[in-house]
Amino acid sequence: MTEPMQSGTRATTAPVRPSRRKNAQLTIGAVLVALVVVLALVSFIWMPYDPTQADPAARLQGASAAHWFGTDQFGRDTFSAIMAGARITLLVGLVAVAIAFVIGVPLGMLAAQTRWSWLSGLIMRGNDLLLAFPALLLAMIFAAAVGTGIGPAVVALGIASIPGFARVARSSALQVLSREYIMAAQAGNRRPLAIAWHHVLPNIVGLVIVEASVAFALAVLAEAGLSFLGLGTQPPTPSWGRMLQESQQFLSTAPHLALWPGLFIALAVLGFNLLGDGLRDRFDPRLKGRS
Amino acid sequence: MLRFLSVRLLQFAITLVIASVVVFALLNLLPGSAAQVALGVNATPEAVAALEAEYGLDRPLPVQYLHWVGGILHGDFGTSYVTQAPVGPVISGSVQVTLILVVAAVVVSLLIAVPVGTLAAVSHRRPLGAVISALGQVGVAIPSFLAAILLVLVFSVNLGWLPSSGWVVPAVDPAGFLRSLILPVLALSLVQAAILSRYVRSAVLDVLGEDFLRTARAKGLTRGAAVVRHGLRNAAVPVLTVTGLQLSALLVGAVVVELVFVLPGMGSELVRAVGNRDLVTVQGIVLVLVFMVLVINLLVDVLYTIIDPRIRRAA
Repeated sequence: MTEPMQSGTRATTAPVRPSRRKNAQLTIGAVLVALVVVLALVSFIWMPYDPTQADPAARLQGASAAHWFGTDQFGRDTFSAIMAGARITLLVGLVAVAIAFVIGVPLGMLAAQTRWSWLSGLIMRGNDLLLAFPALLLAMIFAAAVGTGIGPAVVALGIASIPGFARVARSSALQVLSREYIMAAQAGNRRPLAIAWHHVLPNIVGLVIVEASVAFALAVLAEAGLSFLGLGTQPPTPSWGRMLQESQQFLSTAPHLALWPGLFIALAVLGFNLLGDGLRDRFDPRLKGRS
Repeated sequence: MLRFLSVRLLQFAITLVIASVVVFALLNLLPGSAAQVALGVNATPEAVAALEAEYGLDRPLPVQYLHWVGGILHGDFGTSYVTQAPVGPVISGSVQVTLILVVAAVVVSLLIAVPVGTLAAVSHRRPLGAVISALGQVGVAIPSFLAAILLVLVFSVNLGWLPSSGWVVPAVDPAGFLRSLILPVLALSLVQAAILSRYVRSAVLDVLGEDFLRTARAKGLTRGAAVVRHGLRNAAVPVLTVTGLQLSALLVGAVVVELVFVLPGMGSELVRAVGNRDLVTVQGIVLVLVFMVLVINLLVDVLYTIIDPRIRRAA
């Protein structure tokens, strides 16, 4: 007799608990993202030290009042480098997501709205092909062809994120296009472009924002990976990925050099992932309670 | 089944050909002359022209492409104009290291993700489920190279249990080979397990609500037995899909992890080649990596039909 009782109580409490947890996801995600944004913005007006300024007298120091996160092998202040690294992280993410958004969303909407099935098929097959090239691999191809640096890296990461945007835009546009108000607009002889701009885009923008948050997290990961390989941000510009790579030589003597950039990479990615998950529940309540 | 296999093989071949065109085009159409890069900025135009003539770079691109692909079909990946050495041996020497690493990482990540994800689904309204989900969320945010550094910090630097880098040939010292493999495989698979366990959880949660599970319970199976015997098999299809999709991420993760542990795999070769702007080597390694991703996707598709015969009939 106890079991049906239990499932009865579960059924009544179930809708409340997951939504509270999802709200927590959104809040924690927003706080983590805000932390990175604040670090980056403040770095433009104030940093404890010049992050590129070497100080041979203060090499490989631990945390102290003078150097909150310690110093690296050249005596450069780690906290200042983390602050400056936040700028690069956000810049790469923003530009990469913007490229993917501007190309991917119109392509996905076109694939959904076009009357020519061959065009829709072509767009989606091209999308599938692009998926065979992970972001980091595409960035390495660009680095080999054009040279290493943050410019080619950002373009490659942006292109690699196009399929995600195109897929989300297409599937959500297809749903919107089957609604009655679209049929009304079509019956009213509105041009397809006007329908796309005034009716489809405003209704799919929520899920596109979710995709942007997820793509941002992936771009942060890929930039860190590229800089770790020495193919992304070039010295002396501080970058979390390169700080991590340089820390490897000093793991036994100064492990804090690995921990700080590692922690901030993880926090930034976690922040954007949680923000995306939380927003998805806001915009698509059907997915509530799933990971 | 035979018809399904032949259709799938044909799709595989077409995709591979298109991918090879894309790889070739990306590396040869983007600005920057390969010969100029190989000789340096101070090279005279005559020297550049001579090198281009020597390696056939002055021919039209389609001819160059056909020459490249024709060579690969005979096992010849071309000659690097940076190192002047053939690329084929570089690839064949490094591919097994990467393959061992990736296959071991897939197996270990599934061994972790399936039980953990199932546990999270079964206990999804209890604190244990929430803790597992939170750990999975954190795991997803940790790149494999960070996991690698943290593992080295704990197990090599502090505890001194395992080597922090290097590769031991299995035939020479099997025990040393396994020891050198543990940390790289863990670095790759812990992160993958975090991602996979979220999908396992979601797939098992879906299955838990199905009628056939209630039927299995009604026949007298315990909840655990019903989940293991009927639930996991039905949850396997979406999990397999994600495992297949994640494999490309795993291959790329292997590229970085190989560098951390100084393993002589394709990743280390690729990074070296990209640094030297050795386009012929990059082209060859990238094509082999894409080939591996496509083969894995093919195997995943075939495995589907074995797990769930309904898919075969639909195809």
